[in-house]
Amino acid sequence: MSITKDTVKKISKLSRIASNEKFEENMIKDLNSILKFVEQLNEVNIDNVEPLASTVNQELIKREDEVKVVNKKKDILINSPSENEDFYVVPKVIE
Amino acid sequence: MSEIYQLSLFELVNKIKSKEISCEEATKSYVERSSKSKKLNCYVEETFDIALKKAKDLDQSFNPDKKLFGAPIAVKDLFCTNGVQTTASSKMLKGFKPQYESTVTEKLWNEGANLLGKLNCDEYAMGSSNETSYFGNVINPYRNDEELVPGGSSGGCSSSVAANLTSATVGTDTGGSIRQPASFTGIVGLKPTYGRCSRWGIVAFASSLDQAGPMTKDVKDSALMMEVISGHDEKDSTSAKKNVEPFSSKLTKDIKGLKIGIPKEYKVDGMPKEILDLWDKGIEISKSLGCEIKEISLPHTKYALPAYYIIAPAEASSNLARYDGVKYGFRAEGKDLIEMYENTRAQGFGDEVKRRILIGTYVLSSGYYDAYYLKALKVRRLIKNDFDEAFKEVDTILTPTTPSSAFAIGKNDDDPISMYLNDVFTVPVNLAGLPAISFPAGYDQKNLPLGLQLIGKSFDEQTILNNAYAIEQNINFKPNYKDWWI
Repeated sequence: MSITKDTVKKISKLSRIASNEKFEENMIKDLNSILKFVEQLNEVNIDNVEPLASTVNQELIKREDEVKVVNKKKDILINSPSENEDFYVVPKVIE
Repeated sequence: MSEIYQLSLFELVNKIKSKEISCEEATKSYVERSSKSKKLNCYVEETFDIALKKAKDLDQSFNPDKKLFGAPIAVKDLFCTNGVQTTASSKMLKGFKPQYESTVTEKLWNEGANLLGKLNCDEYAMGSSNETSYFGNVINPYRNDEELVPGGSSGGCSSSVAANLTSATVGTDTGGSIRQPASFTGIVGLKPTYGRCSRWGIVAFASSLDQAGPMTKDVKDSALMMEVISGHDEKDSTSAKKNVEPFSSKLTKDIKGLKIGIPKEYKVDGMPKEILDLWDKGIEISKSLGCEIKEISLPHTKYALPAYYIIAPAEASSNLARYDGVKYGFRAEGKDLIEMYENTRAQGFGDEVKRRILIGTYVLSSGYYDAYYLKALKVRRLIKNDFDEAFKEVDTILTPTTPSSAFAIGKNDDDPISMYLNDVFTVPVNLAGLPAISFPAGYDQKNLPLGLQLIGKSFDEQTILNNAYAIEQNINFKPNYKDWWI
């Protein structure tokens, strides 16, 4: 399998990263070299092997379902790139 | 001993506790040295004035019961620090001031440590040379004809500990980001067992692999820091319910009878002879200390790096989806919401981060998930099984930390794979979730430090600390750089 310009366009779109001609050219080369490298895994026999997504060896820990009143709106909005003090402001999404 | 900043963390804290040195004197010593060392580019954010003020307060509220009382400590800029800019060395987070503190750094301050500032790293911890940082690369205090990288991603951490700009630090390690830079700069770096330290408040890269750990001047300091930063945290669902052990008081150099495994698959083609020699030196010292050396096999070692470069980008592509220009950090304009997202992410992320997001998106995308991501997870299981088998026969595993010493800035720029190969000996440990420590073991012919790595059983940091401590006492490594940057 190899990555073409159309693939780069598609995955850039899926990743929400604006792309252009030069970016696509560079990425085709790098991504194919990475794919070629990871395709070594095709040599490995993985029949009857269970996937391992996490090494955590404990049941998820439960906690009491208590209501905690937290009002951090002001703190949270301090870092907003928009200037409004009460809301996040984004470009208009409805006409 | 002529300067305060030359003391180990352990010595420094003891001298503060016995009132031989005040917190203010300790902080001043590190602040002055750090201020003279800007050329190394270790700091992204300096909080020197706050630190000096806090040192005075600490002297007023003298408390010798605290484990790190008065220790000036800068931390990797991946830990959220309340009210202090936290960027992950990315343009994307420039100006971001968390309104809360990460669990690991909170534990440092609760034990009386004093924040000096935030340390440079590869952008979002993605890199092995600190060259992907938005704030420029960090310089290694060791050099030959040219300036060298400090390793990465915790490059600001490694360089600042080696150059005595901080008494100790905490870094993070997803595929080697604590151990490889530790090896490149002649310091000690420990990646704890996955789940030993809380990930809460750490900028996430690959959540099933990320782990915070200490980077210190010696093994005893590492044990002391581990004692402080370990422990269960209900805010991190993957954090383990394990007791915090008194690692430093249990530290012993009596390792007689310890069984040490030497994995034959780590003798990779083209490995420099001096690294093989160093490895042999570690083996000989261990033998002389009464350890039993056993050759072992970790047959899937070769596949760890390719599996990692599927799993880590896959997790990163998901974790980094949160940077959309809406809630915090950088925002670029766009004619509509989607274009704003796309422009923000195109301008806010650097190339290496984009590469990994794209690869991650690709391997998770419809039609490729089974062929790449699922396969990598299965190989991850085989890698973990290799270690499980090996640890039925041995207590620790000894390997080199890196396949080379520190390289020149720009040397591995052209090809991402040649950069990735730096982590060939460190990555398997993250996939298996095990603890591992890198400690300085000597110099190569270029007079650059080289490290050895000890891998331990799950949650058995004590044994690798003891093993490293015993070898360290025998090797008696001394930093040999000159202060050329001052």
